[in-house]
Amino acid sequence: MSGPSTFQPQNPVLKWIERRLPIFGLVHSSFVAYPTPRNLNYWWTFGGILSFMLGVQIVTGVILAMHYTPHADLAFNSVEAIVRDVDYGWLLRYLHSNGASMFFIAVYIHMLRGLYYGSYKEPREVLWILGVIIYLLMMATGFMGYVLPWGQMSFWGATVITNLFSAIPYFGESIVTLLWGGYSVGNPTLNRFFSLHYLLPFVIAGVVVLHVWALHVAGQNNPAGVEPKTAKDTVPFTPYATIKDGFGIACFILFYCWFIFYIPNYLGDPDNYIPANPGVTPAHIVPEWYYLPFYAILRSIPNKLLGVVAMFSAILVLAFLPWLDSAKTRSMRYRPLAKQFFWIFVGVCLGLGYLGAQPPEGIYVIAGRILTACYFAYFLIVLPVLSRIEKPRPVPNSIADDVLGKKGVVASLAAIFAVAALLVWDSGSRAQAAGHSPTPPSLSWSFAGPFGKFDQAQLQRGYKVYKEVCSACHSMNLVHYRNLTDPGGPGFSVAQAAALAAEIQVKDGPNDAGDMFERPGRIADRFPSPFPNENAARTANGGAAPPDLSLMAKARGYERGFPQFIFDAFTQFQEKGPNYIHALLTGFEDTPPQGFALPEGSFYNRYFPGHAIKMPNPLSDDQITYDDGTPQKVDQYATDVAAFLMWAAEPKLEERKRIGFQVMIFMVVFAGLLYFTKRAVWADAH
Amino acid sequence: MTTSSSAGHSRRDFLFVATGAVAAVGAAAVAWPLVAQLNPDASTVAAGAPIEVDLSPIADGQDIKVFWRGKPIYIMHRTAKQIKEAQAVNVSSLPDPEPDSARVKEGHDQWLVVIGICTHLGCIPIAHEGNYDGFFCPCHGSQYDSSGRIRQGPAPLNLPIPPYAFVSDSRIKIG
Repeated sequence: MSGPSTFQPQNPVLKWIERRLPIFGLVHSSFVAYPTPRNLNYWWTFGGILSFMLGVQIVTGVILAMHYTPHADLAFNSVEAIVRDVDYGWLLRYLHSNGASMFFIAVYIHMLRGLYYGSYKEPREVLWILGVIIYLLMMATGFMGYVLPWGQMSFWGATVITNLFSAIPYFGESIVTLLWGGYSVGNPTLNRFFSLHYLLPFVIAGVVVLHVWALHVAGQNNPAGVEPKTAKDTVPFTPYATIKDGFGIACFILFYCWFIFYIPNYLGDPDNYIPANPGVTPAHIVPEWYYLPFYAILRSIPNKLLGVVAMFSAILVLAFLPWLDSAKTRSMRYRPLAKQFFWIFVGVCLGLGYLGAQPPEGIYVIAGRILTACYFAYFLIVLPVLSRIEKPRPVPNSIADDVLGKKGVVASLAAIFAVAALLVWDSGSRAQAAGHSPTPPSLSWSFAGPFGKFDQAQLQRGYKVYKEVCSACHSMNLVHYRNLTDPGGPGFSVAQAAALAAEIQVKDGPNDAGDMFERPGRIADRFPSPFPNENAARTANGGAAPPDLSLMAKARGYERGFPQFIFDAFTQFQEKGPNYIHALLTGFEDTPPQGFALPEGSFYNRYFPGHAIKMPNPLSDDQITYDDGTPQKVDQYATDVAAFLMWAAEPKLEERKRIGFQVMIFMVVFAGLLYFTKRAVWADAH
Repeated sequence: MTTSSSAGHSRRDFLFVATGAVAAVGAAAVAWPLVAQLNPDASTVAAGAPIEVDLSPIADGQDIKVFWRGKPIYIMHRTAKQIKEAQAVNVSSLPDPEPDSARVKEGHDQWLVVIGICTHLGCIPIAHEGNYDGFFCPCHGSQYDSSGRIRQGPAPLNLPIPPYAFVSDSRIKIG
């Protein structure tokens, strides 16, 4: 497959370089003349898609690092500053955060494709093992990247995952200390994770080069699982594979864009919009969706060390696959039994993913143990036994013969369905320690859906509610008066915003004499904090510090349940936060239901987790005067302020949806053109 | 291989060109935000709002340095001698000819407000040094006079004047 290049440059400059460094010949033999089996299906485009995603992650990551501050006190706000203040910062951040998920979706498809078509078998063992190494590196990179925003899930994910190493006998505690650089997860941990998160993608890129090299030595496997024999079995990489990969990548970008522009926080956890707090663990802590199956395995074993061993074994077992499955027939297309077990295995992985997101109690634990046993049984029992007893169907004589045969449409459709399910399985149980609270009613918001826009009058009313009521106790540290004039916001004029800012007094200084002094606010100032620090806020409010409201509409969520959360990905439902805020503000009851013991200094709220909230009912009818004739009712106030908080949490929402629509249109046209180009190119090959 | 007519060929060529053109447009559109993010962000822009400076504490012959948009601004209270020197120069003999009257606000001859960044390579000149009773840049020896005009050395231009205005006789607003 790879040998001396036949590339003969004509241009004298190229000739001169080629004699000294045969780089054009290398590129030509690897990506132009390289013979690729002519029967590759679209599952084979995921290699190209993964290379593309690695590039996207590196480019967006390098840019984000230009604006990010890796410090425990500054990281969270610096990420928000990227989203709010940097030109197209929201786009770059969502590209990167959703890019990680897309990367894993693609790698799981790529791995399952290898599993199904036996791409790990002789002579591709090293190729496969390099792939397992890349996967491990990806997991480490993804984990450390998730720590960087320094939200609650970042912090507690870092704590839980680093504590895995404490299970190692004798050295465990020392290793954990080395990882932390302190007595607990803190600023040194964040700094080293940032450094390593920047490094590892380039290590991945290096191993990818080896992976591709090994691929080009052994040659690509193909759906028939028979090696190319004659020139008729292959087509040159360019243009055939290039254009097909291009079309695959374009389709994948469309899918990716759906997430970036319409449901950017769908795969994330609301808790990560709460700044890291070393004193409080989120009630329900789950890793990102792509680790969930392994997390389920970890939790299924009721022993710390064995749990960790099982989790790592679940990944490492993949490296031994070439020897566990010794069947001579590569492709499961011709292995009727193995094919069935393969799909069962896919189901087991999805099941483990689902269980990984559930609370570790009752039936979930038992189910987790059964599926963990099934997972290992597939590799350690099913595949070794099948390779000895199974009678495969005859494989085609050659790839050319295979092209004339029919295609496994049903299997492909089933796989597509499975992948879709895997994708949306995730947020299945992003519980907010619900305590059996009722589900907040879904309101109809002007900013919902692909063309959603904020209602300026509503935002202005909401600001008034915030200013006259909420701001007495709650800060909004991420919002500045200048933001009130931003496009896609409440639409105040600069003069109006300046007048609003001038109402507050801001501490500034020191002046020439070294004294701090107070001055009227300017539009560059942030909204004022009612308390000088958290302890003061806590003392003044019965022991519960009122949380900052800047991100409240993205930091709260609730269960939508299966299968509703799957539909949410298609309907672009992103309004859990405002629904919850509205429900909370209208959910106070003067007398708790019979039998509910309300703690001293608390108030009963139907929608608050646990029902006992320290905040008294803040709103009453006619409390705030609306100048535009809108009804002055609690329900209206709650709706308006929820919309205002949604804008505060996602100020670039309108820009995002507008650009999203343009990008979607463009990509549909581009993908269509690529499809027809691909057909035109391949017309010669058939 | 299938036989194809020349009409089929030109249709295919059109398709290839169209796809390539759309891809090029897409690549350019992607490059836009990747470059635009390098601009100063909104908080930097907001922090660059105008500032007011009180001139009353600055005595005759003194100068102060204030920062606006990260740049040092020299505010020099010129002496009668400095003003006279600045006005007496033959403008056409200067490397960057500018009369002193264009470098100060009318009726406020004693106040010179300049951005204190050498127009050679961006060092900060030292006030009240050099041969011209103005500024001397220690990096490469550029010398500016008491009007901030380049007189000697490698710098090509006079020290720039920031946008400012007198809000009262003893107060200016820079920006």
